Amino acid sequence: MADNRHILVIGEVEKEKLTSTSRELLGGAHRLAAQMGGTVNLLLMGPAVAAAEEGIHYGADKVYTSKDAMLSESNSDACTIMIDALCRKIQPVLCLFGQSDLGRDAAPRLAAKLNAGLCMDCVEVTFDAGNNRILQTRPVFGGKAMAVMATTGDRLQINTVRAKAIAPEEPKADRKGEVIPVTDAVDASLVKVKLVEAKKIETEGVKLEDAKIIVAGGGGLGGPEGFEMIAQLAKLMGGVVGATRVPVDENWVPLSMEIGQTGKIVSPDLYIAIGISGAAQHVTGIVNSKKIVAINRDPDANIFRMADVGLVADYKVAVPILIEKMKAGR
Amino acid sequence: MDIIVFVKPVLDPDMPPAKFSVDGKTNRVIPPEGMPLVISPYDALAVEAALKIKEAAKGAKITAVTMAGPFAVEVLRKAVAMGADEAVQINDPAFEDSDAFSTALILAAAVKKIGKCDIILCGRQAADWDNGVVGSVIAEYLGFPSVIRAKGISVADGKLKVERVITNGFEIFEVGLPAVVTLSSEMGQARIPTGWGIINAAKKQIQKWSAADLGVDAAGVGKAAARNQLVKLYTFSPSRTCEMVTGKDEKEAAEKLAEKIMDIKP
Repeated sequence: MADNRHILVIGEVEKEKLTSTSRELLGGAHRLAAQMGGTVNLLLMGPAVAAAEEGIHYGADKVYTSKDAMLSESNSDACTIMIDALCRKIQPVLCLFGQSDLGRDAAPRLAAKLNAGLCMDCVEVTFDAGNNRILQTRPVFGGKAMAVMATTGDRLQINTVRAKAIAPEEPKADRKGEVIPVTDAVDASLVKVKLVEAKKIETEGVKLEDAKIIVAGGGGLGGPEGFEMIAQLAKLMGGVVGATRVPVDENWVPLSMEIGQTGKIVSPDLYIAIGISGAAQHVTGIVNSKKIVAINRDPDANIFRMADVGLVADYKVAVPILIEKMKAGR
Repeated sequence: MDIIVFVKPVLDPDMPPAKFSVDGKTNRVIPPEGMPLVISPYDALAVEAALKIKEAAKGAKITAVTMAGPFAVEVLRKAVAMGADEAVQINDPAFEDSDAFSTALILAAAVKKIGKCDIILCGRQAADWDNGVVGSVIAEYLGFPSVIRAKGISVADGKLKVERVITNGFEIFEVGLPAVVTLSSEMGQARIPTGWGIINAAKKQIQKWSAADLGVDAAGVGKAAARNQLVKLYTFSPSRTCEMVTGKDEKEAAEKLAEKIMDIKP
């Protein structure tokens, strides 16, 4: 690894606050920098610049801010150009993205431009002091295996990191850091992909990622009516409804409800899986749930291997009873 | 309209986790006996997207390309059976253990050899290593724009309109040609080949290209050129001890489950 031990975190914000994933990245970067002897640098682009101070509280030593109007999360072309320019300037040894819309798009392109190592969707990034290298662990084969990867040579390592995989640091309001405005403008002629229309699905109430109770349905529910039934149960319990990939692909429920490898990563106190077979691609998104309850007709369904409490039953019989019982309370 | 679709043979991603195993000494997956490799499901959607464009344009040439050993043939025949016009297998001992960047370099060389290309399609990620990198890197190496995780794609006035999936919704992008687009599962289902398609595919001559055919320097690809080295590969099967709730019938069992849930409920 090169002597230069700077870490660059690509920050993202939501409603002028750092996203939970950005806080987690800063926490991970802070601990790695302490071990390796380096600094934590945070890049905030476009509307994200509002969170500069917050970035310092969560562990950044330097915050680079670029207000260029083109730097929106939908403009991966512009963001990639800006991050590329900053990497060439500060020469980090490690660059961390969230496994977000931006990270999935920009990280591979940046690695191509910078001849960097690249690991997507990491669940762990550690410093191997004995071998003076950074190790990254990522789920592969749909979550059926884990791969530990080392960077070869002195190259920059770029990683995207899965939500909730690493812990943030406690914010410290008295932490000192430096905010450095970046004034270089993005060359508009290099932006080739033009946004025509955005259709955002605004989730009302608690988001799946933050929910304490999730009631989720799979292909076994057979259609949108099944989801109406489990939504009643979720509502009575103060929970949020989630889904596996099949109901989303079949258009029974919107994409924002998807949990798993290609959807959201969740960690509720209670996860109730109804009509879910337990494919590895789904399970990888729920492994950090405190308690898992599963209802499935098939006694051999893989979900029972993952559950704390199981019931072999037709959900059309079981769920109405659960609803009645929750209504009645104790 | 010339469309190139990249397809990859993978272990069936829907195989039961219990059948999945890793050789800890070599850090390689042990393929279960008698289980043939399949076309990576997202890549099958890329073939489907190409066919939809071809149907809408009332004509286009679709070339399916794979970089793989003997298993490649079946995957290419599947693409041809679905409706692809040409099939190319890229294989060379020097390409073994190529990382995503070497793979993209080799596939970009294949695009140049094919010559005519308006649209490059592939899956959002391969269902084995789940990287989601190769499509974007091909675009960078060729200097083409790219849109990833598409659920819909159409051509109008010499431009592509791509509907991309984001975490909380969709975005529609317009992009000039040539361009790279990767496809996501939200696109729907890939078509099942017809009997006639399967017969046609069985007869199809598959072109075979080596490193020399592509003009790729063998020293710049494969294991030695990998930017990340696999240190350890191990199976991951999170499991818990499941307490099964039973009763004289489903109704009684469900009542007992309700009690359990009320005990657990935060």
